[in-house]
Amino acid sequence: MSTRHFLPLLALLLLLFVPMAAPGLQILLTLALAKAIAVMGVTLLLRAGQVSFGHALFFGISAYAAAFIAATSLDDLVLLLIAGTAGAALSGLLVGLFVVRYRGIFFGMLNLAFSMIFWSILEKFYHYTGGADGLRLPRPTVLGLSLDRAPFELLLFYLTLALTIGLGWFTLRFLGSPIGQLFQTVKTNETRLEYLGVSARTTLLKGYVLSAALCGIGGILVATAQGIVTPSYAYWIRSGEMVFIAVLGGAGSIPGAVAGALAYEIVRAYAAAFAADIWQLVLGVFLLVVILFAPGGLAGIYTAIANRLSRRDPSPTAHSPNEARQ
Amino acid sequence: MTDPLLEARGLEIRFGGVVAADGVNLTIDEGKNLAIIGPNGAGKTTFLNICTGWLKPSKGQVFFRGEDVTRLPPRKIVQRGVARAFQIPQLFGEHTAMENLMIAVSAREGRQSPLLQMQSQPERSEMQDLLELVGCTDVADARVDELSEGQRKLIDIAVALALKPRLLLMDEPTSGVASSEKFEIMDILVKALAQADVTAVFVEHDMGIVENYADEVAVWNSGEVQMRGTPAEILAHPDVIRDVIGEETA
Repeated sequence: MSTRHFLPLLALLLLLFVPMAAPGLQILLTLALAKAIAVMGVTLLLRAGQVSFGHALFFGISAYAAAFIAATSLDDLVLLLIAGTAGAALSGLLVGLFVVRYRGIFFGMLNLAFSMIFWSILEKFYHYTGGADGLRLPRPTVLGLSLDRAPFELLLFYLTLALTIGLGWFTLRFLGSPIGQLFQTVKTNETRLEYLGVSARTTLLKGYVLSAALCGIGGILVATAQGIVTPSYAYWIRSGEMVFIAVLGGAGSIPGAVAGALAYEIVRAYAAAFAADIWQLVLGVFLLVVILFAPGGLAGIYTAIANRLSRRDPSPTAHSPNEARQ
Repeated sequence: MTDPLLEARGLEIRFGGVVAADGVNLTIDEGKNLAIIGPNGAGKTTFLNICTGWLKPSKGQVFFRGEDVTRLPPRKIVQRGVARAFQIPQLFGEHTAMENLMIAVSAREGRQSPLLQMQSQPERSEMQDLLELVGCTDVADARVDELSEGQRKLIDIAVALALKPRLLLMDEPTSGVASSEKFEIMDILVKALAQADVTAVFVEHDMGIVENYADEVAVWNSGEVQMRGTPAEILAHPDVIRDVIGEETA
């Protein structure tokens, strides 16, 4: 086994034992991993050179879709996941058809605009959405079984962990596939892309729908874990948080998105506990330190250490950033 | 007589007061490499941009293998068999030469599954062949933004050839390349084109290149094709010596 893969596997192994070894961290890590899935969506777009300041839209859409469905008799977790993801992907397609025509700051701000429109709807249509109070999301059944709180939270933790690994693998696979490679070239040279006979907009749209679906899955899992959905799910601060975590983890790195989400939630939880009045300041300083001293984020730090350690290791090192960011 | 591979009929386009094409008629026959020469700003690159759909003419039509492609976007024209290589190579700078070619092949094949991987063995050997064709096997795994201008030009052309086009339009294939490398690059290029059975049109300012590598030459000046003939006929013409060669050697 190469040095590069050792630590992620060790971290994964440790996560498996969290419910037994540190049950107090279980819900915190469930939320962190669920956010990691959403951040993968934002990270995916970063690989195409686009920053979305409004991806909380899809986080919110799927969470509310789950809350609406859970209010009916169809309140099964699997169904909530499928319906919420489909809702996020479909809305991603509709919004994407418009926003993929733009790049850079226009792309980012249009996403923000859509998310804020949705947030306003959630706030104003009180009778349907519960306004600022939001909607309760009662604990759903799991494949028809009604579980008590403790086993449900345990199951949710392992489900979220499994989805993080599975979707992380799928996203990496997508990025390594021909369609994923074309998607990433939107960042570097759209002229050549067009002259390869490929539409840059269509290519970006495919990745955009996947990123929306990932954010949607994250939204459902967070909503199910918290048992309530509020307009804050779609608020710009949530979108900013996703971009923050993506940069912290290492812009463009899928494993970095997971590491960033874990680091962010842990720092936030402990900063809030021990420095309640200044926890945002602590987070801000944390990010500044990372940006100043490790612009590649946590993934960059890890790659640098792994490369240093593997100089004695004969296994090949990455040639291109494309490989290095995997 | 066979139909031309590409035919421009009555092309007109202006940029403000500048006439880049004023009723231009030009045909490109299969198997004959055509060089377009002319003073700077005459409209030569504009012609390539119109033929590949990047610019739309205000009047006139472009036919490729008998089909009107005037209003099609570049990608649709590329899909019909017209490829383009640029004066400034258009590559994916963060990728290696091999990856650039693989992306081109994926685009050509129109693969959509997110679970497919890039590195299948038959494709890799196809890419190796292309790199060999343009003499760049030694830089297969190097990032293209770290290559010399000459190597980048050749990779740019290899990417275009990976699309298996019928017609390749090239804008100054040897500009920015050291004089000592120009003929070497053109030798490789012309051989690669012949081997891939691709007809080429190239805009060129170096008359040595035109003389040695073009089958035909068209002189583009003041928005029109003023004359056309073999390199020997055109390069000896007094008007060309005065208006084009004089300028190039000045």
